[in-house]
Amino acid sequence: MRDIARQALDTATSRGAAYADVRVVELRSESVVVKNGRVDVIRTDESVGFGVRVLVDGAWGFASSALLSFAEADRVAALAVAIARASALVQPHPVSLGPPVTTRGRYTTPTERDPFAVSFDERIGLLLAADQAMRRDPAIVVAEGRIGCERQRKLFLNSEGADIEQELTETGVGIECTARSEDEIQTRSYPNSFGLHMGTAGWEFVERQRIVDHAARIADEAAALLTAKQCPSGVTTVILDSSQTALQVHESCGHPIELDRVFGTESAYAGTSFLTIDKLGSYQYGSEHVTIVADATIPGGLGTFGYDDEGIPAQRTTIVDHGRFVGFLTSRETATLLGQTSNGTMRADGWNRIPLIRMTNINLEPGDWTLEDLIADTDEGILMATNRSWSIDDRRWNFQFGTEIAWEIRGGKRGALLKNATYSGITPQFWASCDAVCNRDEWTIWGLPNCGKGQPSQTMHVGHGAAAARFRNVQVGLMR
Amino acid sequence: MYSERELRAIADIAFAASDCDQTEVIIGEVDSALTRFANNGIHQNVAERNHELTIRAVVGRRIGVATGNDLSPEGIRRVVEHARAIARRSPENPDFRSLPTPRPIPPVDGWRETTAGFSPEARARLAAPVCRRAAEVGLVAAGYIETRAEQFTVANSLGIFASTRRTTAAAMAVVMSDSGSGYADRFALDAGDLDPDALADEAIGRATRARNPIDVEIGEWEVVLEPYAVVDLLLYVSFLGFSAQSVQEKTSFLAGRFGERVLGENISIWDDPTGPGVVPEPFDPEGVPSRRVDLIVDGVAVGVVYDTLTAARDGKESTGHALPPGSTSGPLPRHLYLAPGTEDDLVRKVDRGLLITRFWYTRPVHYLTVTMTGMTRDGLFLIENGEIVAPVKNLRFTQSYLAALNAVTGISRTTKLEIEEGNFVVPSLRIAQWSFTGKTAH
Repeated sequence: MRDIARQALDTATSRGAAYADVRVVELRSESVVVKNGRVDVIRTDESVGFGVRVLVDGAWGFASSALLSFAEADRVAALAVAIARASALVQPHPVSLGPPVTTRGRYTTPTERDPFAVSFDERIGLLLAADQAMRRDPAIVVAEGRIGCERQRKLFLNSEGADIEQELTETGVGIECTARSEDEIQTRSYPNSFGLHMGTAGWEFVERQRIVDHAARIADEAAALLTAKQCPSGVTTVILDSSQTALQVHESCGHPIELDRVFGTESAYAGTSFLTIDKLGSYQYGSEHVTIVADATIPGGLGTFGYDDEGIPAQRTTIVDHGRFVGFLTSRETATLLGQTSNGTMRADGWNRIPLIRMTNINLEPGDWTLEDLIADTDEGILMATNRSWSIDDRRWNFQFGTEIAWEIRGGKRGALLKNATYSGITPQFWASCDAVCNRDEWTIWGLPNCGKGQPSQTMHVGHGAAAARFRNVQVGLMR
Repeated sequence: MYSERELRAIADIAFAASDCDQTEVIIGEVDSALTRFANNGIHQNVAERNHELTIRAVVGRRIGVATGNDLSPEGIRRVVEHARAIARRSPENPDFRSLPTPRPIPPVDGWRETTAGFSPEARARLAAPVCRRAAEVGLVAAGYIETRAEQFTVANSLGIFASTRRTTAAAMAVVMSDSGSGYADRFALDAGDLDPDALADEAIGRATRARNPIDVEIGEWEVVLEPYAVVDLLLYVSFLGFSAQSVQEKTSFLAGRFGERVLGENISIWDDPTGPGVVPEPFDPEGVPSRRVDLIVDGVAVGVVYDTLTAARDGKESTGHALPPGSTSGPLPRHLYLAPGTEDDLVRKVDRGLLITRFWYTRPVHYLTVTMTGMTRDGLFLIENGEIVAPVKNLRFTQSYLAALNAVTGISRTTKLEIEEGNFVVPSLRIAQWSFTGKTAH
């Protein structure tokens, strides 16, 4: 494999590439899905291939193939160079990558128990136990649970001397149930929506979620939501649970700090960003309670790794410091345009895609509150939990989110259940209204396995540490 | 791409390696390239050659699925062994009856050599006009040119062998000024049919008209939706309603409502995987011929699409709309048509309303009513007295798509092919009422 990668590099440089890198990636995944008391899917997936990225005359080219052979390495490297020469036909400015990257290193995700060594019987048994607990309530029409694990082995070589091997392991679990009456449908999920809550970890990650202990509760909640009050419309105080706060960070902070978006290279699809470069260092993004970091080094986060796909070591970068906007997510190319060096966020979702600037673990740093004290401190408001819908404009400015479940807060106490809760706002105004974040004990690193970006599209696995947080004067309940 | 002889040889190796009761072999091949431009220049330019083998192994009513992309004899046998081992460990699926048996597959013509052989230089030539012309008038263009050549083959141990090739070419552009943007896209089987100047005309024209947008009040508006926006209505109504699985699980808005009028009388929707104008898919990943299915006729719910498993539950035949094995979404329509109307100009009859080019980041807020939230993007315009009078800053909406399709007051005579998570052939629509719930700054 290494010899084939080396040959691709040699071919690319001999054909005129000023810079070249090669990634060889082996991906193996397993998933088990149980639905309504039956095993719906058990599957294994394997994929291997390599991609060659080159700069010729300051223009990019990339080609990839599933065939690992010396002849194919030559063909793909030559094609990447030809593509780069075509790019140069319509390119106003040559690309500069800044200082060379010569990193050599190895990284392996620490795991306590290899998820691939856990028998399918054990995985099925756990999901069936949760399934049975969810389906006790006759209002439940669909109960579903899934366990997934993924292992990626990556070799990265570049023409500047970098040589990196990584083995990344991810494990995740999720359950959800849907209750139906004649005129209503409601879903509850655990630990999070989106199917799977994941981390870079082994089977111990699944065990820590204790899904069976929570299955009956979410089924009861889904059934109760069928007859719950509709979330009212108006302006009020909102407390978001940890997972919804994490998604709020993802959409309204994680995406607009991607420097490729800021420079317009995602404008045809994902959009641009209201956080333009003139705002760096001075813009008031949120209140003093809002400190956000990008941390690819935190143990267990779904955005944790050893090196990014340009060979830059994983690092921790402050993005928002007590409300002030101080940092972007960068690549070698985009950092150079700012006179900086990359902070290591370039990742591709496979051998057949180029790396893009992607979130690592974008974390809202914890505050001092317990959730219990925060509710007690709130005279009137709504507690919202577990994302159901999410939408934000193409500059990450105007957003609307819905949650699976909500409760009234009156006189410092959690009150009546509310269904179909939504809230909306404008990003900097919303974060400026944050007056409390819960403490480290309430803080969780949520794994989001479905972050989309790029053309051709790529789906990235990213993480967000967050605790419940409180926001004042929020518009809620716009659903007709 | 593999020849038929090579494909049959791969299937034969898989069948020989399997001692299961039934075995299904799916081979997907793709040779694709995408040239992406932004800031009036090419900034990403990629190519991919890949293939994937999927094996579905059946032991009694136990099923295992495995995939891999090593198509050497050892690689094929390894995937078979994974699927076989999973099947033997799996509990029985009582709904499973059998893999399908062979049925005639209609011939289709979905392959164009021009697309399959399109060079990086040819893609650059298609990207160049919009980049150059946008720069000439002080605008900024972004977008992509994509070509795909695919071959898809299904074989099973009950005698099915079906293989089809298809090509797709796509061009998309967003053109931006400091205060507005415009959109255009084109899809075709033949990359030679993509007209880069027409793409540039449309996107630059719309971006120019979108400069200096005004504020309008949120609330209920009469709207005209371009085909780019109409696709979203069909996509989500279909995703949340037109699968037999969602009806069987009672999560579809159609559950228990067949024979009832659920949409306006002027709305008819059907799926036709080999119909006019779409990239044809003559059979599904089970090797079952994909046939036309009427879903809504004159507003009345009349049908949903089936795969083998959901058809068995209802005592029906598969309509050939399976997704690949291992998917949990059930069958889905992927070649949807919304019946065209008779009007040539939908804007002319609007006293005061909004023309919407397309939507962005739409998500379901409520499944039964197909209530969605999302933004307008790349061209929102005020209509007064039948004329477009001003560009408007983008708005957020929260709107039931079912209610919208019950309030259609005009349908264009012409339709457009859009490819976005499936093929859509759709007209423009005029809708009496659309609920806008938020503003943004651009």
